Amino acid sequence: MPLLHVTVLVPFLLALLIALMTRRAPTLHRGWLVIPGPLALFIYFLTRIPVVRGGDAGYDTISWIPSLGIDLVFHLDGLSLLFTLLITGMGTLVVIYSIYYLDRRKEELTPFYIYLLLFMGAMLGVVLSDNLMVLYGFWELTSVSSFLLIAFWHRRQKSRYGAQKSMLITVFGGLAMFAGFLMLYVMTGTFSIREIWSEVGDISGHMLFIPAMLLILLGAFTKSAQFPFHIWLPDAMEAPTPVSAYLHSATMVKAGLYLVARFSPIFAGQHEWFWIVSGVGLITLIYGSIQAMKQTDLKALLAYSTISQLGLIMGLLGMGSAAAFYTGEESVFYTAATTAALFHLINHAIFKGSLFMVVGIVDHETNTRDLRKLGGLISLMPVTFTLAMIGSFSMAGLPPFAGFLSKEMFFTAVLNIRQLDIFSIPALFTLFPLIAWIASIFTFAYSMILVFNTFFGKYQPEKLDKKPHEAPFGLLLPPLLLAVLSLVFGFIPNILSDSLIIPAMNAIHPIMQLAEPFEVNIHFWHGWTPEVWMTLGVVVLGIVVYRLYGRWSIVDKEWGRNLTLNDVYDGGIRLVEQLSRRLTGAYMTGSMRHYLMYIFSFLIVAIGGTMLYTDGITLGTSDYAPISFFEVIVVAVMLTGALAIPFTRSRIAAILFTGMVGYMVTLLFVLFRAPDLALTQMIVEVVSVALFLLCFRHLPKLKREPVKLRSRLPKLLISIGIGITMTLVALAALGSSPFESISSYYVENSYTLGGGKNIVNVLLVDFRGFDTMFEITVLGVASLAIYSMIKLQLEAGNSTGVVK
Amino acid sequence: MELLIALAIGVLFTVGVYLILSKSLLRILLGTTLMTHGVHLLLLTMAGLKTGAAPLLGEKAEAYVDPLPQALILTSIVISFGVTAFYIVLAYRAYRSAGTDDVEGIKEERQ
Repeated sequence: MPLLHVTVLVPFLLALLIALMTRRAPTLHRGWLVIPGPLALFIYFLTRIPVVRGGDAGYDTISWIPSLGIDLVFHLDGLSLLFTLLITGMGTLVVIYSIYYLDRRKEELTPFYIYLLLFMGAMLGVVLSDNLMVLYGFWELTSVSSFLLIAFWHRRQKSRYGAQKSMLITVFGGLAMFAGFLMLYVMTGTFSIREIWSEVGDISGHMLFIPAMLLILLGAFTKSAQFPFHIWLPDAMEAPTPVSAYLHSATMVKAGLYLVARFSPIFAGQHEWFWIVSGVGLITLIYGSIQAMKQTDLKALLAYSTISQLGLIMGLLGMGSAAAFYTGEESVFYTAATTAALFHLINHAIFKGSLFMVVGIVDHETNTRDLRKLGGLISLMPVTFTLAMIGSFSMAGLPPFAGFLSKEMFFTAVLNIRQLDIFSIPALFTLFPLIAWIASIFTFAYSMILVFNTFFGKYQPEKLDKKPHEAPFGLLLPPLLLAVLSLVFGFIPNILSDSLIIPAMNAIHPIMQLAEPFEVNIHFWHGWTPEVWMTLGVVVLGIVVYRLYGRWSIVDKEWGRNLTLNDVYDGGIRLVEQLSRRLTGAYMTGSMRHYLMYIFSFLIVAIGGTMLYTDGITLGTSDYAPISFFEVIVVAVMLTGALAIPFTRSRIAAILFTGMVGYMVTLLFVLFRAPDLALTQMIVEVVSVALFLLCFRHLPKLKREPVKLRSRLPKLLISIGIGITMTLVALAALGSSPFESISSYYVENSYTLGGGKNIVNVLLVDFRGFDTMFEITVLGVASLAIYSMIKLQLEAGNSTGVVK
Repeated sequence: MELLIALAIGVLFTVGVYLILSKSLLRILLGTTLMTHGVHLLLLTMAGLKTGAAPLLGEKAEAYVDPLPQALILTSIVISFGVTAFYIVLAYRAYRSAGTDDVEGIKEERQ
């Protein structure tokens, strides 16, 4: 088995092992069993860096469903490598953190680690798969495992609500993405991403190309919490903090970004792709940063901040796709946005992961995450404060942290985009830097709120229900490592650019890699460029906004009391439930007559409509049999009897009229040369009438049906409709058989093969004896059923069921 | 002749459906009986009427009527008889335990 397949399998096997180990070693924290898995994977992927940098992109294949073109094809290129390192590296740190965060005696740790490992394996599968169907399978598995993790404390109503919401939204997007994948398959006949890419020139004009793009983007936007599908992320904060740090900052929410980056080679070069990806990204960026200002809960603030930063990366990926409109030098110019996106992707995972862990520590030590209760913790928790400060300053984009560099690169990208001259509306592009700049101001302000309102200000011990003190070393270690990384990447960013970013760029812009190799050089200082002035403006105005925030106490205002997107979602769910209940209630009345009316109406429409539509109605052919006076009389008597039944009010009369119809049918059988039918019909009619008379002696008198025409009209119309339809069917069947009857065979062979002269009887017992056998069975079953129905009565207290 | 029988089938179905759409169990049962008659006549008519002698080889006729629909109808008569007999007893039992022969009433009883 190829090694890549093993790496994906490792978390699943480990999950199985944890499940089997439940009863063994009860005093050991389960996390210690988990740690070797992600750590080993992380080291393995680190050792792959030189191979991937050398451009060696082999495909490992294990046959799965070859007849459908679905095989487990895994592939490690620069983009996948970047994500696998994030997944396994953050995974290791989160497991360490969770060992100290979750109490072995109070929490159910076995399910927790099983879900976490399932998620890790699924995420690795998503970023390594080359086959679209396999990718989709792992994609849904991330949704399911994330659902399980969010609802880990499933006794809380809010956890269940958040889990359900995230499930509905991400699965909705996942299904849309699935449809998009199928469209790609229809166009290219393959599920392999690399093969689809090589055929992109042929399919870009296809009718399904743009729909496929939109559906795949829908999947990416829902997963990566882009506007307006971001609403699940703040509610997913009900999950344990290690889960929030892992899934909702570093990995799962980046699956959508991965998808966009992965499909960039296919869809970049389409104007729609550029506008949608960068537009939605920028909207999400500014919306998320404004919303984050209003939060009082630290995790909610971080959730909106994550949304905003994901929007930033998404926007950069969109702007990077502009490179596909050009060739050569100009093209390389626009790929700077992609570089910024990748660099910020790494930075964001680092600082957001550490910030979530820091907030978890604060929560752990004070039992609250409410900004209005927190304050003045700096002297009590100096290490936590330092970590929070590094993370926040990196998030705000301050030197010397890595976030500063990515922010500068972001500004460069939005300034570059103004030179895009392939669209007729260049004025629109000045909006890009403006939005980016305003959003950065808010980002700065909420980053400051995060640090200073938690650790500075007045210490309010009366609002806290426990006395805070510094966290244990185990809790501090993972964020500490992340903070160190943030500093390292801030000072020497080029260790990243060569090892990770360039290979990933090659994966996102595969065409340009052929022309000339990328050179990514992240400089700390460019001179007095516009970006520097923008950053200075961000700092100055950010401080002003932060001051105003304290002055106006924005938090206490009744924000969002008017319509929010959550209300739209909740209202939508409620509306759908109500509508479907009302709809079902409207037609599932429980009345047998209504259901029969639906069935009969449908018959009329279906059969009558088909006949009208296909000109199937025939009214007369020449070879009708002649009519004799006697037959007219018989038919007249039969119809008189039938028509009299609805008008009579006496039971006996109704039964006798029915009998009359039956005897007239018998007479018709005689007239139409069917002696056996006539005999049988006669006997059956006698017995039936006798049975009717016997049974209905016990039934009450017939009630008069409602006289009002209005209540009888639908009934009347439907029955007349059925009558007309059946007449037409009878006439159509007469005139239009395209085949000869097979009856001549029976007539010729009845005596020679069956040994009988009564052809009907030979048919019944010889040619088609099986019919008769089962008809006998029907009669037997009916008589047994009648017997048991009369004899057996299951009632309370009569367990034998036999009537005494 | 076929035209006349086709019209008669239409009337039988009309009355049968009208009865089935009523509330009383007795009327519903009578309605199904009428529809059964309609179906049997429909089967017989579809093969053509009076195209020859009765399907008995002793007749030594030039042509015989189609024996196949007759065999089918015979089977059908017996089956519908079995089902009707079962329904009659079921209606009887339903009336005994529910106290009404109104199908809507039986529904309310159950709720």
